Amino acid sequence: MSSLTYAVRDSATMLRRNLLHAKRYPVSTTGTLIVPILLLLAFAGLFGNALGAGLGVIANGAIDYTDYLTPAVLVIAAASGALSTALSVNLDMTAGIINRFRTMAISRAAVLTGHVLGSVLQTIIAIVGVIGVALLIGFRPDATVVEWLAAAGLLALLTLALTWPAAAAGLAAKGPEGASNIQLLAFLPILGSGVVPPESMPAGVRWFAEHQPFTPIIETLRGLLLGTPIGDNASIALAWCLGIGLVGYLWARALFRREPSSSSRQVFSALQ
Amino acid sequence: MTASSSQLAIRAAGLRKSFGDKVVLDGIDLNVAAGTIFALLGPNGAGKTTTVNIVSTLIGADAGEVQVAGHDLATEPDAIRAAIGVTGQFSAVDKLLTGAENLWLMADLCHLDRREGRRRATALLERFDLTEAAARLPPTYSGGMLRRLDLAMTLIGDPRVIFLDEPTTGLDPRSRRTMWEIIRELVAGGATILLTTQYLEEADTLAGQVALLDHGRLIAQGTPEELKRLVGGGHVRLAFADAGTLEAAARALGVAARHDEALALQVPSDGSVRSLRALLDQLDHETIEVGELSVHTPDLDDVFLALTGHAKEKGTETP
Repeated sequence: MSSLTYAVRDSATMLRRNLLHAKRYPVSTTGTLIVPILLLLAFAGLFGNALGAGLGVIANGAIDYTDYLTPAVLVIAAASGALSTALSVNLDMTAGIINRFRTMAISRAAVLTGHVLGSVLQTIIAIVGVIGVALLIGFRPDATVVEWLAAAGLLALLTLALTWPAAAAGLAAKGPEGASNIQLLAFLPILGSGVVPPESMPAGVRWFAEHQPFTPIIETLRGLLLGTPIGDNASIALAWCLGIGLVGYLWARALFRREPSSSSRQVFSALQ
Repeated sequence: MTASSSQLAIRAAGLRKSFGDKVVLDGIDLNVAAGTIFALLGPNGAGKTTTVNIVSTLIGADAGEVQVAGHDLATEPDAIRAAIGVTGQFSAVDKLLTGAENLWLMADLCHLDRREGRRRATALLERFDLTEAAARLPPTYSGGMLRRLDLAMTLIGDPRVIFLDEPTTGLDPRSRRTMWEIIRELVAGGATILLTTQYLEEADTLAGQVALLDHGRLIAQGTPEELKRLVGGGHVRLAFADAGTLEAAARALGVAARHDEALALQVPSDGSVRSLRALLDQLDHETIEVGELSVHTPDLDDVFLALTGHAKEKGTETP
C-alpha cells in the first residue's frame, strides 16, 4: 500500500476511535446540542415578541423573529461543536497514549484528522437536532432542496473550518481549562447579525458586528433558508471559512510536528 | 560479549540531550546485541527515560547517532517505528476503550488485516490473563492488569526490538514476577529488549548486560557478574554472644573488621563453601562459639557506591 493509502486508513482508524469515545462519553455532543437549543428557546420563546417588535426589519412583517434567529443559532451550534475539539484534543495530548502513537509507524496527521472528522460528524448531528427543535417552535424556512443542500454545505464547511484552529488551540493550550476557554468564541455571532441587526447597535460594536466573519455567514444562511438578499455575503463567507480553515490546519500541523516538549517536561519533572 | 554491527539491535553513540541548561544525557554509547536483554540501571533522574525516548524516536537528541534494527534514526525514523514496540513508564492505554478495543485499535494501526488483528488480540488477552477483563474499561483494572494490557498493545505488531521503561515500578511482587516471566518469554521468542529499572534485583535476574547510568553518564557496563567483580570480593559477617567471645575470635582471625557494639566481625570471603568451612573449622579449633553467620556477596548497590562515591539516592530498596 502507498503512504497515501496508509494515511487514509490510519485516519479512518482514528475516526472510529473518536466516534467510540463520543458514544461512550457523549458529554460534548449533548453539550453542543443543549446550549443552542436553550438559546433558541430563550430568545425566540421568551424575548421573541419584545425583540421582534423593537426591530425595524422584523416589525414591518418582512420576517418572523424565530425565522430571523434560527440561522444564527445554527451557526452557534456549528461553532460550539467545532470549538469543543480544543478540549478533546488537549485531553488526548496529555494522556499517555499519544506518545505510543508517536512511536508507531502511522501517518502523523491521522491523530488530528480523526479528531477533526469526529468533531465534524458530531456537530452535524447536533445541528440536525437544533433544526428539529427550531421547526417545532415555529421555524418556517422556504428553502428549495438546492438551497437546503447549499445551507448544509455552508454549515459543514464552517464546522470544518473552525475545527482545525480549535484542534491547534487544543495542542497549544497548557491544560484543559485553557483549551475550553476557546468555546466562548461560539457566542460571537451574538455580536454580529445573529440576534439583532447590527444597525440597532452602538457605533463601535456596530462596526465590529458588520465586519466580523460570522455576520456574512449568518446572512448567507438566512438568504438560503428564508430568501432574504444575500448579495456578496456568500463569497465573503466562503473566503472567511477557507481562510480560517487553512490557517488553522497549518497551525495545527506545525504544532503537532513539534517535539512533544510538554510531555518531555512532564517526564523530566517526574525524573526530579 | 562481542558482536559485529550487523548483530546489534540497538547502537547509540555519543548521545547528548539537555532540557534548558540542565544536561540530562552527557554522551551515552549503547550496544545491544540482537536477541538479548539489556538493562539500563540507575536512580531517578539518571537519564534512563530520556535515553529510551530518544532511541524510540519520541524526542530528538542534541547530538549523537542511533541505529535501531539496522535503520538510522536520522534518516529512517518510520522504519524504526515499524520495528519497535514501546511500553513507557506511564500507562499508554485508551481509558475510554475496553481492553479488547484497545488491542483492536493497535492491530489496525499496525495495518494488520482485520481477521489477523482479532486473532492476535484474542491470543494476547489469553496469554496475559485478561480474557475476562477484555470487555471492561481500563479504569476498572488493577495496576498489574493495566501493565499487562499496555504490554499486549506493544506486542500486537510483533516488534523485533522492545523498549520497556521501568516495566515493574509500582507493581506488587507477584505481578512483578509475572512480568519477568513475560519478558523472558519475549527474548526466548527472538526479540531484543532494552529495559530501564531502578531495581538491582531486576537487572541482575533478567539482563545479560547491564549499564549503570548516573547523572547522564554511563559509569560502568558489563554482565552483572563482571560489574560485581569491580568491587572485589564479598564478606562474611559473624555475630557473637558476648564481648569476650568477640575478642577471642578477633584475635584468632587476625585481620577482621570489628563492630564492638553489634558484637560482630566482618571477614573478607568469596562466599564459597570451601572458604566457609575453613573459617568455621578454625573457629571450632579455638572453641569459639558463633552466634550468627551471614554471607554477603557484592550486589550492584555496592558497585554503584564504589563507582560514584554515593549510594543510589532513591530506589535502593529491593522490591
